[in-house]
Amino acid sequence: MQDQALADVRVLDLTHYISGPYCTKLLADYGADVLKVERPKSGDGSRRMGPFPKDEPDPEKSGLFLHLNTNKKSFTLDLKSADAKDIVLRLVETVDIVVESFRPGTMESLGIGYEALKSAKPDIVLTSVSNFGQTGPYRDYMLTDAMAYGMGGEMYSTGIADREPVKLGENVVLYQAGAVASVATMGALFASRLQAIGQHVDVSIMETQVGSIDRRMSMLLAYQYNGEITRRTSASVGFGYPTGVFLCANGYIQINGGGNYFQRVVNMMDNPPELDDPTWYEPESQFNSDLADIFKAYFIPWCLERTKSEIWQAAQEAGVLTGTLNTIEELIEDQHFIQREAFADVEHPKAGRLMQPGRPFIMSESPWSIRSPAPLLGQHTDEILTSLGYHADEVARLHKEGVV
Amino acid sequence: MPKLPLEGVRILDMTVVWAGTYCATLLADLGAEVIRIESIQKMQPITRGSMAHPSKASIEGLQPFVGGMPGREPGKRPWNRYPLFNAHGRNKLSMTVDLLRPDGMDIFKKLVKISDGFVENNVTETMDKLGISYEMLKEHRPEIIMLRMPAYGNSGPYKNYRSLGVHMEGVIGHTLLRGYLDLGPSVSTNVYGADAAGGVQGAFAVLAALHYRNRTGKGQLIELAQAENMVPYLGQFFMDYAMNGRNSSTRGNRHSAAIQGCYQCQGDDRWVNITIATNEQWKAFCRVAQMEGTAEDEKFVSPESRYSHHDEIDSLISTWTANQDHYEIMKILQLVGVAAGPVMDQRDALSDPHLLERGMFEEASQEDVGTHMYTGAPYKMSETPIKIRRGPVQVGQDNEYVYKTLLQTSDDEYTRLEQEGHIGMDYGDHVP
Repeated sequence: MQDQALADVRVLDLTHYISGPYCTKLLADYGADVLKVERPKSGDGSRRMGPFPKDEPDPEKSGLFLHLNTNKKSFTLDLKSADAKDIVLRLVETVDIVVESFRPGTMESLGIGYEALKSAKPDIVLTSVSNFGQTGPYRDYMLTDAMAYGMGGEMYSTGIADREPVKLGENVVLYQAGAVASVATMGALFASRLQAIGQHVDVSIMETQVGSIDRRMSMLLAYQYNGEITRRTSASVGFGYPTGVFLCANGYIQINGGGNYFQRVVNMMDNPPELDDPTWYEPESQFNSDLADIFKAYFIPWCLERTKSEIWQAAQEAGVLTGTLNTIEELIEDQHFIQREAFADVEHPKAGRLMQPGRPFIMSESPWSIRSPAPLLGQHTDEILTSLGYHADEVARLHKEGVV
Repeated sequence: MPKLPLEGVRILDMTVVWAGTYCATLLADLGAEVIRIESIQKMQPITRGSMAHPSKASIEGLQPFVGGMPGREPGKRPWNRYPLFNAHGRNKLSMTVDLLRPDGMDIFKKLVKISDGFVENNVTETMDKLGISYEMLKEHRPEIIMLRMPAYGNSGPYKNYRSLGVHMEGVIGHTLLRGYLDLGPSVSTNVYGADAAGGVQGAFAVLAALHYRNRTGKGQLIELAQAENMVPYLGQFFMDYAMNGRNSSTRGNRHSAAIQGCYQCQGDDRWVNITIATNEQWKAFCRVAQMEGTAEDEKFVSPESRYSHHDEIDSLISTWTANQDHYEIMKILQLVGVAAGPVMDQRDALSDPHLLERGMFEEASQEDVGTHMYTGAPYKMSETPIKIRRGPVQVGQDNEYVYKTLLQTSDDEYTRLEQEGHIGMDYGDHVP
């Protein structure tokens, strides 16, 4: 097998739920050796979240956990026990990076805050992923994915005018926070390896939305420029027509055909004579709601007479920006993704053989790979303790006392 | 003073619109010298505006983030005044060259020789037509890292399909997993989560490849198909299909187990998100909302029974929130352990005490727009603080540096390239 990009990187993973584990999954899937600390007996909370096969809860079969923890090793440790601090600090000496997602202040109260880690290893990278960051008035507040999008992202302008704002698909913004944390962590790893500088990286889930390219930064800037608030409108307002989601014979299609692209839409429709008049092609016509209505009267039936894939293909031939709206089933069964082997087939000792999301990107020299499925709870505890120099009788004592 | 993590790394940037440009922004934030390669002979649609010389009338009806140039005026150089670009334009450099002419391509090759990375997110055939490929780059710089970010990948039936992020999200299933519970997807707002995901994971990819190169001396080709790249974000839905053959649909603002919604507050179009999961949280909420009697109602005693009366609870919550301030609701509910937060419009965010205290916004200037507050990096680093070192880059702002300092172009040659339309800071009147 080819050498993986991060094969020389070792990570102590003190994260749980989604954002932190997604950050360490990215590191692990590209080669890092990730030691995940879990609470004895119960483990990471995502083990209880599902989905589960046949909806029967089992901490070793949670779909969310299996997805987020590929290639990691599981080490159970009661961080509040007397032995924990020593074990963690001995582990820290062997790693490059620590990632944690406790409530701010927890690491300090456990005696393993940044200063303690730094004493054990001066060039250590500590990445803290938290709701609102390590400082500031909201530091100790609770957060949900809806709140992260509402406070940080562009939820305010997502939805229609006379209704409530509406959020994204469940947990999407939490994954984004994890991905941002992976970038910041890699940046800190460069400073650590090249300049021997350790540091504390502070990732606020809210701020990963404020600084998001998904409209938020641009809309904040537009407010700076002109004091204009971006409110909820339908997709078609302000972009010309046809823009938005249209019903077709067997589902929906999303089209951005306004402005400069209007001529291409007309080509896609095989140039109907009704759209010959030059008035259609004056730039201002794109914001004329009467013309928009007349156009829709041609366009809606045109869509209804065709399947979504027929429209998609016609649109691509004409150079119109489009996409079909698919279910997960349609995605998984789509020939394009199958041909590209976009998904992974993972064998797990308890959950069996399952299709899982595959690589986010392909590296030609140092590939993504699933070396091992998500770990069983505590699967690597003894192995890790032994590697730290603990003798069999000490390991037995730690088990007996419920430390590990 | 420590150096920024990527100081000394030079990245050539031919990215467009959002996903690629955000990737470049994140690399520039970390200290890489990111050089945008632009052309003053052709306007790339959407990236810096839909046309080079828009009339005032043509931008009037556009949404603020695309039409909201300062004063709603195109100005002398509209391409440097476009909010969609300027929001991510920090910390980058820009040079101009026309790659459609052979001498333009010679200049490009000279740049490749002295660069560490090349990033682009065009349709596959755009790079093919220019003759730019990993093989070609490698010929001039063997250890180069190339990141390509096509929509669906450089192979397979959708190889050359044109898309914005919103279309890819439809194809991978996200669009059907969001939106109102009671309305179909026809009223869906265009969101660009795939751009955010592509930009961030693209930056991670380049960092991973640079790390590998530091260790082995080898460069490589990275292919990030933006649609595939976002599939992991839908993990739980994917796994539910893999395990149970079940297709999920939107839950609106609801949670899978807790009471959750977005409720209207006092004022003009003000909203708050509230989530009530446990019995303690339910009791605390009822105490704050002065609905103690309701707390004890048998219908609402357990999470399951509350969930089965979600509509009823929504209307109770709305009745209370209607007369409260959206920020106040956050403060009083968070105090008693209930998750609540205002839906912040742009003005709220820019004056939010938490974000201001943490320095999320930084002042930056640029000649064609003046001085404003811009959003900074989406994370903080203690020893190598990430700052806005320069404002949104103008087209061709760094031509002198790139040509004269980096490429050692003579003054005469520079003048010739200016006359021939390679070097400049303005799109000619002939460019639509």
